[in-house]
Amino acid sequence: MINRVRDWVDDRTGLPDAVGRMARHLVPPDAKWWYVFGSATLCAFMIQVISGVALAFSYIPSPSAAYSTLQFISDQAPFGHFLRGLHYYGASAMVLMVGLHMTQVFLFGSYKFPRELNWATGVLLLGFTLVMGFTGQLLRWDQNAVWSVVVGAEQAGRVPIIGTWLAHFTLGGDTVGGATLTRFFVVHVFIMPALIFAFVGLHLWLVLRHGISEPPKPGKPVDPKTYRREYKELIEKTGRPFWPDAAWRDAIFCVGMIIGIAALALIFGAPQLGKPPDPSIIAASPRPDWYLLWYFGVLALLPHGSEKYFMVFGPLLAGILLIALPFISNRGERSPSRRPWAIAAVLMIVLMIVTLWVAGANSPWSPNFNAQPLALSVVGATNGPVFIGAQLFHSKGCLNCHLIGDDGGRRGPDLTDVANRLPRSQMVLRISNGGVNMPAYAANLTPADMDALVAFLQTRKIQRR
Amino acid sequence: MNESNNNNTQSGQRPAPTREEITRRRFLARLSLAAGGIGALILAVPMAGFILAPFFARTKEVWRSVGKVESFKIGETTAVKYEDASPLPWAGVTARSAAWLRRVDADTFIAFSINCTHLGCPVRWLAEANLFMCPCHGGVYYQDGTVAAGPPPSPLPRYPVRVKDGDVQIQTAPIPISKK
Repeated sequence: MINRVRDWVDDRTGLPDAVGRMARHLVPPDAKWWYVFGSATLCAFMIQVISGVALAFSYIPSPSAAYSTLQFISDQAPFGHFLRGLHYYGASAMVLMVGLHMTQVFLFGSYKFPRELNWATGVLLLGFTLVMGFTGQLLRWDQNAVWSVVVGAEQAGRVPIIGTWLAHFTLGGDTVGGATLTRFFVVHVFIMPALIFAFVGLHLWLVLRHGISEPPKPGKPVDPKTYRREYKELIEKTGRPFWPDAAWRDAIFCVGMIIGIAALALIFGAPQLGKPPDPSIIAASPRPDWYLLWYFGVLALLPHGSEKYFMVFGPLLAGILLIALPFISNRGERSPSRRPWAIAAVLMIVLMIVTLWVAGANSPWSPNFNAQPLALSVVGATNGPVFIGAQLFHSKGCLNCHLIGDDGGRRGPDLTDVANRLPRSQMVLRISNGGVNMPAYAANLTPADMDALVAFLQTRKIQRR
Repeated sequence: MNESNNNNTQSGQRPAPTREEITRRRFLARLSLAAGGIGALILAVPMAGFILAPFFARTKEVWRSVGKVESFKIGETTAVKYEDASPLPWAGVTARSAAWLRRVDADTFIAFSINCTHLGCPVRWLAEANLFMCPCHGGVYYQDGTVAAGPPPSPLPRYPVRVKDGDVQIQTAPIPISKK
């Protein structure tokens, strides 16, 4: 009976036959675990589609209602907290997997002839994934989301000529308001998924057209004149059907990833909602989600004055370079062992992103607004100039940016042992005149205040043997 | 010619296209493309207009009262809240805006934007330090809004402020987008 139904459907639609032929296309026999990241990215995307559709049953994309519907989903709806977590960790997995997939393709030289467009469409899919991540963070529509929109609009505003218009378009008007959320909802739920579906289709079509690249072998360079013939011979001679000879690894890896995502969602749950999306609540410290924290670090660490050029040309240049890669170098050695610069480039990029990510996560450049007055045990005095100086150190905002022991901020130098480094005259000079990252306090302190502050700082010594 | 074509069809072979047929096919192809283009245009113009037009429109700014004159102490800087120029009915709390209002003397007020000129984050006022500080990248401004430290490229923007009928009023304004 089942066979008869299958035959009937096959006869009328032709689909089982077509899908079967695609599934059983021949792949190189030694394409093993390194090749699972592409399908894992697709798997993560499907998790996002499924969990996103489920969340959309309760989410209302209205600026006045979105926050409360998210509270409902998180706190009351059955499985709501889990689903939000699934969507969040699914997004994280998608970003991670697309990064691993690109790294593997780059290291294996699989972007070379004839797969230039496989790479180019993959780069576009990376861009779409990051846009999905950013817009998804905004749909959380809490205080952090609102200020992230403003930060995004400020960056769009730096684009020459059309910057103001772009910023206006980003905000959906002059300010954050009634039109802001819906545009990000449309981008996140309709436009970007449609683009991703279309480009995933194109990407897969190109994979079928050119075949899965064989693992590289040292001393076997790509020559566009002979590659297609050699690949055809290799596949005809040793190729295995993708289904099930290679697909089982993808299935196992995807299931493992789903279990991991579900476990994270179950154990850690969804990210906490911040304060309500009220732009008049000024006590806010907007931060991007983890996958864009490194970019947050970049914007903080760039030399002053260069941000404008970086914000506009940095992403543009990175995108152009990535897409241009296979058109600049589409032949020659594929093996990473014969391409040491490829390994060096990956290591440098990974090191850069990890370093900036750590910097972004710690954000030492952000003042510490939660700094409490120093404990008397730290101050070492209960009255007199040192005690008054310690109070001024807190009230004048010094502690927001400087560490004393374990207390304070990290924006400026650690002053725990400043008296070991600076004499009194230098302290007065620096406090009075300030610097690039420190305000000048000359007009903000009385002579008595200055004396007390310096008296306190002169007690900040560490006895060294 | 027709006879010849019929003969070809009967023998199962596709007839060779004549010059006239090629011209006709070209015409039909172009007609189809033109029809498709016209259809797309009919749909695209109103859709693009609907989506894009509001973003070229400029909101007419209005004056919003933020408190009685006597509620602000001379020399103090306080956060004031008010509603946007033309809030949409469904905007909810997102229709709110804020500014830092400094009363300089009996008659003079200065209203500063809360947006840091670096990347737009909301600056906080440290009253005892007489400084505005940005929580994002550590930008600092003096009490008059000039840059004291950090990455901000320009002073805090100021909003028009006036006293009318005993009320301090601030003129609404777009979020200042820095070009530097």
